[in-house]
Amino acid sequence: MFKKILIANRGEIAVRVLRACHEMGIAAVVVYSDVDRVALHVRKADEAYPIGVPAASESYLNIRKILDVAERSGADAIHPGYGFLSENAKFAQACADVGLKFIGPTPAAMEAMGSKTRARQAMEKAGVPFVPGTSRAVESFDEAEQVAARIGYPVMLKAAAGGGGKGMRLVHAPDQLKSSLEAARSEAERAFFDSEVYIEKAIVNPRHIEMQVLADEHGNTVYLGERECSLQRRHQKVLEEAPSPIVDADMRRRMGEVAVRVAQAAAYTNAGTVEFLVDEQKNFYFLEMNTRLQVEHPVTELITGLDLVHLQIRIAAGEKLPFKQDNVNIRGHAVECRIYAEDPDNNYFPSPGKISLLLQPSGPGIRLDDGMYEGWSVPIDYDPLLAKLIGYGTDREQAIARLTRALSEYFVGGIKTNISLFRRILRDADFRAAKLDTGFLDRMLKRTEDERVDARAAEVAAIAAGMFATLGSTAAATGERTAEGGSRATGKAASNWKNASRSEALR
Amino acid sequence: MLYDVTIDGKNYRLDLNRSDGRWSCRLDGRDLEVDAVLARPDVLSLRIGNMAYEIKSERVANELHLWVETTRFTAEVRDPRSLRGRARAGDDHGPKKITAPMPGKVVRLLVREGDEVEPGAGVAVVEAMKMQNEIKSPKKGTIQKILVSEGATVNAGDVLAIVE
Repeated sequence: MFKKILIANRGEIAVRVLRACHEMGIAAVVVYSDVDRVALHVRKADEAYPIGVPAASESYLNIRKILDVAERSGADAIHPGYGFLSENAKFAQACADVGLKFIGPTPAAMEAMGSKTRARQAMEKAGVPFVPGTSRAVESFDEAEQVAARIGYPVMLKAAAGGGGKGMRLVHAPDQLKSSLEAARSEAERAFFDSEVYIEKAIVNPRHIEMQVLADEHGNTVYLGERECSLQRRHQKVLEEAPSPIVDADMRRRMGEVAVRVAQAAAYTNAGTVEFLVDEQKNFYFLEMNTRLQVEHPVTELITGLDLVHLQIRIAAGEKLPFKQDNVNIRGHAVECRIYAEDPDNNYFPSPGKISLLLQPSGPGIRLDDGMYEGWSVPIDYDPLLAKLIGYGTDREQAIARLTRALSEYFVGGIKTNISLFRRILRDADFRAAKLDTGFLDRMLKRTEDERVDARAAEVAAIAAGMFATLGSTAAATGERTAEGGSRATGKAASNWKNASRSEALR
Repeated sequence: MLYDVTIDGKNYRLDLNRSDGRWSCRLDGRDLEVDAVLARPDVLSLRIGNMAYEIKSERVANELHLWVETTRFTAEVRDPRSLRGRARAGDDHGPKKITAPMPGKVVRLLVREGDEVEPGAGVAVVEAMKMQNEIKSPKKGTIQKILVSEGATVNAGDVLAIVE
């Protein structure tokens, strides 16, 4: 087993991996950019190394700097987390070249899956079901026109090197094809330096369901059940759950077996996720394979009782999978909310800043994976994912009830977060009835909510405002906060309030 | 203590006093039995009659927010004996500061000093976490002063420009 693992990431996932290392008696080495000196992953680490300026290309994406830290620290393996270098085959190869174990698949398996068209060619041989379309990039507009006519509109144009919705275009009719193709190509070129675009039949109101797989380095591959990830905004997942409300044991077995075939076709090792689109008749089509640990891995952990990061580390250390497919049991239901520093009242624009107050939920069936603490400032430089709040229950209804309860306990003060969005999703009648598809969230957000002002709650707020003014409140003081808070010096706090109201009056 | 409190735009007159650890509370002429303890800074445990509430307090981009359960209220508290306090409410005249709602970088200025602007007109574009956000004028008027330049880094609440 490894003695020391370098975690080449930041935020909640760095903390998640670090915890697994400590649970397994492995020392955790972290790296940090200048703005992350006081980040939670640095506070919790055994060793921490600065890697330069905030820009990711100069820090968390800089292969040379990270390998240098690995050498100086004497780490024997690297966990890449998700994002950053996690799906970079060159990085995995560079690790192998200096004798460092990359905790993830081999560079060859990553490369096979990295290009959607190449993955597709490999999978077709393995009998994996695909959405009808081209298995390689279209060369000309004429070819695109013929393909679209053959498979029938609406069609989807997709960048071969794409991800995150960039370089994607939905085309409803032939007269839109030319302009959409040009737009998709130039967007793909700009985003991925690769203008290759392929065409697929567009599935109307699809669900996005993915299958977790795990493969050791001795030829054993298992699936650990699916995750329903249909709740998305701008093609980014917002809420995930496991199991999927529409997948029964038979469908799970069929999807799982396809996922295992996909992994085996690429000689895949370690943890991976096979994504499927599922149509209204529950036909499923292979979408792509993500060659990393997913953000939403905790829902699978809760319903299988397995720890995916422990297993990733064990597999990378050369151990055999400690169980067989028959031993994998799905029990209960889990739902995850991705808590972001973003403003629901301003089109979910990122909202970094200092966290003035943090009240964390706990209690039965609640798991919180986060990378923040009270007094910490969310930097403007990175993805604003703060935390993942996961509710677990005997069934979906109880998981939702627990999550709703936990969301009412959760408070992140001083910055804006999307916590209110989850309250709204969880009480939505269609969500509760599990009527989900990838367009669900856009439709829900278009409906304006009936915002009845609760007169009684407003009166409570009015009284509380006076109480805070009398007893003292740190939030009352404008500008710089003082560490002493307000609870002791009533007189001083009250005068702060006077100052505050005076400065308000001057605005 | 006498307070003029504005909650989401609605005004309340509140008289709060404490003696021997007991509170007396008069809200818009009604006497209420209340009891409050600051559980920790910015968290108030409040009882009104026997109803119990936990209120959270935060300041975001120069606004004071009070959260009653999961409902957010924007609050202002003034001392009615202060003349300035009285002049404040509902004031839309005079110069208004246009502030950055979040920390970020000013990538573009959309106006110049002396420009006439309508309410909602874009004044500057601030980028944070690779997303751009247009900061708008709160009122009709003239851009009196611009306090930042393109490329500048700003904090939440920093004044970008003043519209008169």
